[in-house]
Amino acid sequence: MDALITDLKGKIIHQLNLEDVKPEDIDDNAPLFGSGLGLDSIDALELIVLLEKNYGLKIENPEAGKEIFSSIKSMADFIKENKDK
Amino acid sequence: MSKRVVVTGMGLVSGIGNNLEQTWDSLISSKSGIGDITWLNTRHKNNLPVSEVKLSSDELVGLAGLTSKNGYSRSSLLGTVAAREAVRNAGIKNINEYRTGIVSATSVGGMEKSEVFFADFLKDNTKGELRNIVTHDCGDTTEKIADSLGIKQYMTTISTACSSSANSIMFGARLIKHNILDRVIVGGTDSLTKFTLNGFNTLMILDKDHCRPFDDTRTGLNLGEGAGFLVLESEETAGSKEIFGEITGYANANEAFHQTASSPEGDGAYQAMKKALEVSGLSIEDIDYINVHGTGTLNNDLSEGRAMERLFNSKVPLFSSTKAFTGHTLGACGGIEAIFSFLSIKYNTIFPNLNFGTQMKELTVSPVDKLKRNVAIDHVLSNSFGFGGNNSSLILSRYRQR
Amino acid sequence: MPVFIKGVGCISPQPTYNGQFLNELTAYTGEYFTSAEPDYKAYLNPALIRRMGKILKMGVASASICLQDAKVENPDAIITGTGLGCIVDTDKFLTAIIENEEQFLTPTNFIQSTHNTISAQIALSLKCLNYNFTYVHRGFSLESALQDSIMMLKEGEAKDILVGGVDEITQTYYAITKRMGFWKKNVEGHLSLAKANTKGTIAGEGATYFVLSQEESSSNYAELKDLATIYRPKDIEEIESELHKFLEKNDLAVNDLDLVILGINGDQRGDQVYHDLANGLFKDQSLAYFKHLSGEYPTSVAFGVWMGAKIMKSQEIPSGVILENANKGEIKNILIYNHYRDINHSIYLLTHI
Repeated sequence: MDALITDLKGKIIHQLNLEDVKPEDIDDNAPLFGSGLGLDSIDALELIVLLEKNYGLKIENPEAGKEIFSSIKSMADFIKENKDK
Repeated sequence: MSKRVVVTGMGLVSGIGNNLEQTWDSLISSKSGIGDITWLNTRHKNNLPVSEVKLSSDELVGLAGLTSKNGYSRSSLLGTVAAREAVRNAGIKNINEYRTGIVSATSVGGMEKSEVFFADFLKDNTKGELRNIVTHDCGDTTEKIADSLGIKQYMTTISTACSSSANSIMFGARLIKHNILDRVIVGGTDSLTKFTLNGFNTLMILDKDHCRPFDDTRTGLNLGEGAGFLVLESEETAGSKEIFGEITGYANANEAFHQTASSPEGDGAYQAMKKALEVSGLSIEDIDYINVHGTGTLNNDLSEGRAMERLFNSKVPLFSSTKAFTGHTLGACGGIEAIFSFLSIKYNTIFPNLNFGTQMKELTVSPVDKLKRNVAIDHVLSNSFGFGGNNSSLILSRYRQR
Repeated sequence: MPVFIKGVGCISPQPTYNGQFLNELTAYTGEYFTSAEPDYKAYLNPALIRRMGKILKMGVASASICLQDAKVENPDAIITGTGLGCIVDTDKFLTAIIENEEQFLTPTNFIQSTHNTISAQIALSLKCLNYNFTYVHRGFSLESALQDSIMMLKEGEAKDILVGGVDEITQTYYAITKRMGFWKKNVEGHLSLAKANTKGTIAGEGATYFVLSQEESSSNYAELKDLATIYRPKDIEEIESELHKFLEKNDLAVNDLDLVILGINGDQRGDQVYHDLANGLFKDQSLAYFKHLSGEYPTSVAFGVWMGAKIMKSQEIPSGVILENANKGEIKNILIYNHYRDINHSIYLLTHI
């Protein structure tokens, strides 16, 4: 799980071009949107692509993304639960 | 600045017709142009419905009065066809008889050809036919149309996403009011491209079925291609020509809310509509019909609907979106829909908001969903709202001599 | 009522962003010019910088510098001219479409590629809800933006208008246009570009903004007295005829021009008209040029207008831009004549306030 979380943080930083952010700066449970990292709806779409491209998981409806992307932990949980289905 | 700006000619080409007459026939028989992708070479063929112009680029060449399409991107061809019809329709024999200019609009210009170029260029940068990339920029599209019409005096191109050609109409009207020109050909053009198709797809706002503007179950828009141009003249220059209507109000406001989304309350839309009314000197009771932007996306229809309810104090006039006919033609939609608005005025007809079934739960109003004839229409509000929060509204009126 | 240039901001290949005025010129090597960029964190919201391509950063920063210079917080309109638009992001998205065969595409590059993003981003950073336009028409982009601004000021609809010209360069754009014979082999010796007698010019980029206003003030740079455009003139006679008409309209004789700034770009083909004017109509005038510093791009004339405005205010002409007959007296009237690839020609008149 830890490896997945570290990997995920690295990919998010790269994809969203969060230049000054390091993986250790991101709290696993902190909100990603609004406060915390302060991501917005465009970033949400980027994360949907990130999930599909790197983990083979497709989210058809952007609204469903809200729950999944609430924190790094919730994203990791989603990946773990659905990856090999 | 009391010069009146009137419309003496109109021309268009879209998925529902290659000229005004065919377009009218489709509008009154609820015949949509949306269907499967045929000419665009994309993996989304059979997946995403679009409204294609039912003519190949080779076929457009003849209609555009050209002998070959060399140097003309599809957007230029569409634009030339539509602009030529408008000029003919206005009975103009000598384009330079008066101070005449062209203000066109496009979102991606000659991208349809650039995509072909890039496919070769990316593999080897000495490859790719240069003639496919020289038409890339937005200005090229307009200069090709200007050259075809013989216009030299004034030209420019506006590119503000989906509000582009509404903004052309606004700028053209102002050029006449400031006595810089007597006559301006205004409008816009955009062809389908992989760039825009994939771009909108990444935003997840395309409908895999036919779009359902202002419907509670809507899921997105369908892209379309086309071009729509109008001939604007000062009242003096128009003389005794047939006048289709008058540009009586216009406004542009920026939402500054988010790069692609409108504020849920529709502040930008509200400001644009309100300001356009102020410019026209009309009051909310004077508006007989609204041709809404109505793309069918969750975001637009909600914010536009809310803005309308706010502005009209819940006495919202009859309204419909015509995008289920033509698809969303991006840089051309302001021009095309202004033409539809003038047809509504001329024929006292409201074209239906196709595919409508269920009223949006957030609104107290529904669009007109069946063709409505014999409606007294003197003033139409036409909305075009684009990315980057660029919101434009036009007030288009029946011309009455004072 | 007159229209004044109330404030300026310029990001260009020379260090011009912090108010310096071409006193120490930087000589470059390489294939083309790229901008001397400030630390953008001083001008842009750090949370948004991550998503912004170069043209956006240049545009928003230059606009910010200009507004500060004009002491204006929220302009009544934001109007941008750009000939090529956002090509960095256009390139990225198009490349992704082709290389990934239309899969796994992400929205950011698409959104940033829409040409009105520059004006939109400026509005977003200022929370400016006012009129917001973008003109994308080659070498008429700035002129259209200015025409719009002038009309708006006359309509009484606005007090301060932020208006500018922005274009960026990419390796891709350079490579493609190199095949078309646009450029010299490299930029070596560009500080004496006017003497070059070879084909091709030098590519550049930049973002230059102005605040236009009708308010009189001793801190204004100059009056933007008049502006005219000519599309594909047939020959030098047509150009001279337009110049004469322009001067007549403004009650000026050629000798009233204290400085003429020309868009000479070192390409012997396009420069012929400038040399004809320098040896003919303007043979007795003080002449200057700017594209050896800005490079050539559709809105490079904005740099020329910026230069003219700064000269008018300081009443000094930097030595590095002088072509002929350095003016020693008072500068009251500056004419700028420029063309972009012999397609879009423009004439500007700046007068002393």
